[in-house]
Amino acid sequence: MSKKSYRQAIAEALTQEMRRDPRVVIMGEDIAGGLGAPGEDDAWGGPLGVTKGLMAEFGRERVLDTPISESAFVGAAAGAAATGLRPVAELMFVDFMGVCFDQIFNQAAKFRYMFGGKAVTPMVVRTMYGAGFRAASQHSQCLYPLFTHIPGLKVALPSNAYEAKGLLTQAIRDDDPVIFFEHKAMYDMEMEVPDEPYAIAFGEANVTREGDDVTIIAFGRMVNLANEAADNLAKNGVTCTVVDPRTTSPLDRETILETAEETGRVVVVDEAHPRCSMASDIAGLVAEEAFGALKAPIKLVTAPHAPVPFSPALEDIYIPSVAKIEAAVTEIVEYGEKAAAE
Amino acid sequence: MASGLQLSREELLVAYRRMRTIRDFEDKVHEEFSAGNIPGFVHLYAGEEASAVGFCMHLDDRDAIASTHRGHGHSIAKGCDVEGMMHEIFGRKDGLCGGKGGSMHIADLSKGMLGANGIVGAGAPLICGAALTAKTLGTGGVAVCFVGDGGSNQGTTLESYNLAKVWNLPAIFVVEDNGYAESTASAWSVGGSQVGRGKGFGLATHEVDGFDFFAVFDTAAEAIELARSGGGPSLVHMKLARHYGHFEGDAMTYRAADEVAALKAESDPLTIFRQRVTETAILNGADLDEIDGAVQTEIDRCVANAKDAAMPTESDLLTDVYVSY
Repeated sequence: MSKKSYRQAIAEALTQEMRRDPRVVIMGEDIAGGLGAPGEDDAWGGPLGVTKGLMAEFGRERVLDTPISESAFVGAAAGAAATGLRPVAELMFVDFMGVCFDQIFNQAAKFRYMFGGKAVTPMVVRTMYGAGFRAASQHSQCLYPLFTHIPGLKVALPSNAYEAKGLLTQAIRDDDPVIFFEHKAMYDMEMEVPDEPYAIAFGEANVTREGDDVTIIAFGRMVNLANEAADNLAKNGVTCTVVDPRTTSPLDRETILETAEETGRVVVVDEAHPRCSMASDIAGLVAEEAFGALKAPIKLVTAPHAPVPFSPALEDIYIPSVAKIEAAVTEIVEYGEKAAAE
Repeated sequence: MASGLQLSREELLVAYRRMRTIRDFEDKVHEEFSAGNIPGFVHLYAGEEASAVGFCMHLDDRDAIASTHRGHGHSIAKGCDVEGMMHEIFGRKDGLCGGKGGSMHIADLSKGMLGANGIVGAGAPLICGAALTAKTLGTGGVAVCFVGDGGSNQGTTLESYNLAKVWNLPAIFVVEDNGYAESTASAWSVGGSQVGRGKGFGLATHEVDGFDFFAVFDTAAEAIELARSGGGPSLVHMKLARHYGHFEGDAMTYRAADEVAALKAESDPLTIFRQRVTETAILNGADLDEIDGAVQTEIDRCVANAKDAAMPTESDLLTDVYVSY
């Protein structure tokens, strides 16, 4: 056990799985970097240095730099997975899914079903998501609801370094295609992470706080904001359960419903746009399956239905915040009290 | 590698049987579709048999192919079970894909058949992946992408030419130019030339008469040998034509009035094959007639069995979405 960043945890999972299984290859734009150029080799290790050093250990045959051709190399990952490799493709920003989505949702996701159960497509697409980098509308989106919508895909959203290593290890060992979402604002966040390999099962939520008044279900980076909000609220006597589903597909419906029923009040925190989001998905689930236990309306804390803005002044108010989560919790805690007063 | 005309008597009989199987399969599917017995969308390969068979005669199970929406011929040529295919097209539970895929998604990965594909141009990236697997695991395999003239205009295809070149993959792109992307002539829709495009990306290129099994066989030998020996990717511009429409039900009003009749009379790959092997006295007409009869019986049997086979049931609806979930 030692302190590792989210970036180091991801690199460690890749390194350990590549050592364990020679069929694991990684590919992407500048995933090593400097190929064919006069200067330093392995110049980048991906745009944020996550894969730096892997080329030195595993060579160019298993650390495959690609041209800027997302359709070709994401499709190649699907074809390689269907024929015996276990590729991990890096889609630099999830915003670039627009140029390669067919290869993910019409090809990789559907092989097994369309081919009568005879195909196995163990590929991972690692991709960077999320706002907060002043990267504006085409480099800041979340988009995981779009992938969650597609049968045949699994979607993982690690909320910290420990989760990142365990979920990525599982993703690489998994026999289905997995889209693995890394929040760009978390790469430098550190915590204790075991040195040995470990896998975190998909579809098993992690309850990060336990409380009596409100259940907060949060995704990816938002789990950290929800934890902070819960800690602040506890000082004022409002206690919250915080649920990190870890994966949006499969989804741990049981833990979500059980914790929702225990408190009778639900806040969902999702950095994606509100329409057809994880927030609306969870709200629908709770309304359908746990209506009788609810003491207050379900509250959604999400980004607005607008592209991510560039200006720091706008982006800061665009992203869900600890204050907004606290306000939502307080509102539904007071809902019953107000009704009683009237 | 031997030229096609130096093939053994047995190999020639295999080649002819495969081409005849594709032709009878497609003619029969046409008949059954017209009678309303086959659901969905069907695109037939009749007339293009020499391309699939000429290439796949060189391939074995370590080699992969990707196909198109017009995939029955490639599937048969690559060794997919013909009766399983027919059952699949009829939507039966014991079809090759359990009735979940249908005509446009016939696949058998154990045979290296990565699937017919409902998305035009989607196969080229997949073939780069299959070629990467062969290269990484050192299987000696090659990967062949069949793509139409329509699919040749998709960015996926052009990106894949580049990726195959820069990764030096054992990949071959066979552009089956049957003259029409749906109803639009390739003479209009393709800027530049297929071979010019291949050369532009640094691929070895060939242009071949796709009606002539022997020309295809010899070209395929060269491209596959290059790929197997680590020499990198090739592009083959295969000039051919289809006997039927883009899809079954296409009235083909965009074609010249006498076009298909002339095609069948002058450019039928089965007739051309028969002429070549009987002229050179490698085979005699009776050998081929015997195959014609046997294949017809076989295809009739497949159709009869498919009609009798059980449909999938509701319990099959949600199976095989995932390996585990």
